[in-house]
Amino acid sequence: MGFLEELKALLPGRVLTGEAELAPYESDALTAYRKRPLAVALPERKEEVLGAVRLCHQYGVPFVARGSGTSLSGGSLPVEGGVVIALNRMNRILRLDPKARIAVVEPGVVNLKVSQEAAPFGLYYAPDPSSQPISTLGGNVAFNSGGAHCLKYGMTANHVLGLEVVTPTGEVVRLGGESLEGVGPDLHGFFVGTEGLLGVAVEITLRLLPKPEAYHTVLAAYPSLEAAGEAVSRVIRAGLLPGAMEIMDRLSIEAAEKAVRAGYPPVEGLLIVELEGPKEEVAEEALVLEGVLRESGALELRVARDEAERQAIWKGRKAAFSAVGRLSPDYLVQDGVVPRSRLGEALREIQRLSREYGLRVANVFHAGDGNLHPLVLYDGKKPGELERAEALAGEILRLCVRLGGSLTGEHGIGVEKKGYMPEMFAPEDLLAMEEVKRALDSQGLANRGKVLPEVVRAGA
Amino acid sequence: MPALRPESPEEVQEAVRAYPRLRARGGGTKPALSTPREGEALLDLSRLRGLLAYEPEEFVFTAFAGTPVAEVEEALRAHGQYLPFHPPLAGKGATLGGTVAAGLSGPLRHRFGGLRDFLLGVRFVDGEGRMVRGGGKVVKNAAGFPFHRLMVGSLGAFGVMVELSFKVFPRPRTTRTLRVRRENLEEALADLERLRLLPLDLLALDLVPPATLELRLGGFERSVEARLKRLQDLLGEGEVLAEDGAHWEGVRDLGFLEASPIWVKVPAKPHLIPRLEALPLGPRRYLDGGEVLYAGATEEGLKALKEAGLPHLVLRGAETPLFPEPQGAFFAGVKKALDPKGRFPLG
Repeated sequence: MGFLEELKALLPGRVLTGEAELAPYESDALTAYRKRPLAVALPERKEEVLGAVRLCHQYGVPFVARGSGTSLSGGSLPVEGGVVIALNRMNRILRLDPKARIAVVEPGVVNLKVSQEAAPFGLYYAPDPSSQPISTLGGNVAFNSGGAHCLKYGMTANHVLGLEVVTPTGEVVRLGGESLEGVGPDLHGFFVGTEGLLGVAVEITLRLLPKPEAYHTVLAAYPSLEAAGEAVSRVIRAGLLPGAMEIMDRLSIEAAEKAVRAGYPPVEGLLIVELEGPKEEVAEEALVLEGVLRESGALELRVARDEAERQAIWKGRKAAFSAVGRLSPDYLVQDGVVPRSRLGEALREIQRLSREYGLRVANVFHAGDGNLHPLVLYDGKKPGELERAEALAGEILRLCVRLGGSLTGEHGIGVEKKGYMPEMFAPEDLLAMEEVKRALDSQGLANRGKVLPEVVRAGA
Repeated sequence: MPALRPESPEEVQEAVRAYPRLRARGGGTKPALSTPREGEALLDLSRLRGLLAYEPEEFVFTAFAGTPVAEVEEALRAHGQYLPFHPPLAGKGATLGGTVAAGLSGPLRHRFGGLRDFLLGVRFVDGEGRMVRGGGKVVKNAAGFPFHRLMVGSLGAFGVMVELSFKVFPRPRTTRTLRVRRENLEEALADLERLRLLPLDLLALDLVPPATLELRLGGFERSVEARLKRLQDLLGEGEVLAEDGAHWEGVRDLGFLEASPIWVKVPAKPHLIPRLEALPLGPRRYLDGGEVLYAGATEEGLKALKEAGLPHLVLRGAETPLFPEPQGAFFAGVKKALDPKGRFPLG
């Protein structure tokens, strides 16, 4: 038997090879990239993932694990002639233990599902990437997904307590455990964010947190983006630690208005600040926040009086990406990070670049943690426009690194940004990553072609 | 074997290349981890110290690995900030690097998380003497392999840390501590489990066997008073420690272990506590709602922990500090990549 026959024997009726069946797996949310895999495998149990990986290892066939395919960096782009291991059928919450405050899940479980199941116990799963109604925890683990609450609560890595991983050579390892504290190297913490290059997580243990008792959500409107950014600095200087601080620019506001009629004022910069915690503490913080925002030059302040008004404020922000999509046939999203105090500088430079390249850029970002989300609008049907959009996006990435930040806050490097890795990391840093990859996957089968730039490999 | 005292990252690289086996030491507050074994050169990092960058508004600082925690905390305090994971043994001279290598967090970890939640980046010298960077200096970052997280609890297995970046938070303006005593362990555990599920935002939630709970609140004066009242309605009057700073500093310096020959950290969970309480352990305290135990022990206690199959880390008083030693293909691969010649501890 050859590779495909063995794979079909392992997963009877669950190996896709037909043209039409493969088409949906050819790309992820970064649609500019497309690759036709040899086959798509649909395991239902972790033993089947192990079996599939072992076959790949035995035959030297590259494989890419995939959840819902929401990666914005091309992280789950297939490898030509390789196998996609689609984990959506492994979507069971294996254990939800409120006393231990943990959930043990399969990798195909959708992020939001965990919080829904935990809600009756007053608990929730904190990381909330915008993709949370669709994206899976396996993908969140691979890419160390973030969301709007990272300054206060951290990213996916901070909420993963344990993992069961199938290594690229087909061994099963358990990393971490169930406690918030461990002993020995934090291998599960290291695995999170390695973008599937070091194996496939088949079981994930998550920490759950008590849902905050009270929220206080404020919408503040500013005559400029910089004024909104300055307001964020004022909030921080006042010693407050909001759960979320989000900024949108005029283009995003207009798009959100058209899409969901959130009722946002038509201004240059909109800031959403959300406090959360015990009601007495939130009440005190709200007084401080009000004083700070009053002095920040806000044109308008809106405080959500109830949960419905709070949801209304968030509605536009949450819809912003897809809403901006309506303004333009195509767009690229970047997610570089800058130190918060350099936000104003970064935004000015992005506006200048936008003019220089003659492409519109909409800005929606997590201001609390300096995570930008410039959306570069372009029309793929116009010759050369994609290339120009990519060049502009690249300039923005370089800018972020130059200002002391990062290439990516939460979307990951994937295929999209691997060429920029040498901008942020020295050759020795990349070599160390390369050597770890080689030691665990000498054939380079697991998610080949992601994260690590080719130049390093050539020079190694 | 000589003691090496590098004063720069380059000198650390030279030392690593020059000696086949090395053991790094910061403040030496966890001797089971930092005492050189036969054939190991001691790499004393106490001269590789100092704050390199601190921008209060960014909630981030970067310092050399040999910097004493206390020195950093003083700088943070001047700007109304702190290290929320509350590094243990700060008052005894613990350094940032030693804290990361040991993977330790103190009682205040309950509010915002532990060491692993606040470490943002590292520069370390790997087993080939190369300077490697992981993570970054911003609070959010998903670029590249996260070598900084690999350092947490590593006992220095993958390299010698020279520089570390951490996230910090604003310090609570006011604090109060409520101490309540229960009839027995069972009752104390029942309350502990109840409290863990409530959105109280406690700074600390400790169980002191057999049956005492200590809860620390922080925030605005008025809010703290009101929340204290709510806690008392829930748990009873108890005893209120108004000047509670010194108390918690004593706890995080593990003062309660002073008289014990062996100091051990044991990851836990509330449901494990009855089992742990049946073991012959000395003075002890469960931090963070029962998620971790710091205990004093004798050889007998250590043996009991092993026989029960409970993972633990000895900070003082044992030749082999980590149980179980890391195993499996994943650890082996990473170790082989970063320390192929086996210069550093573990594996």
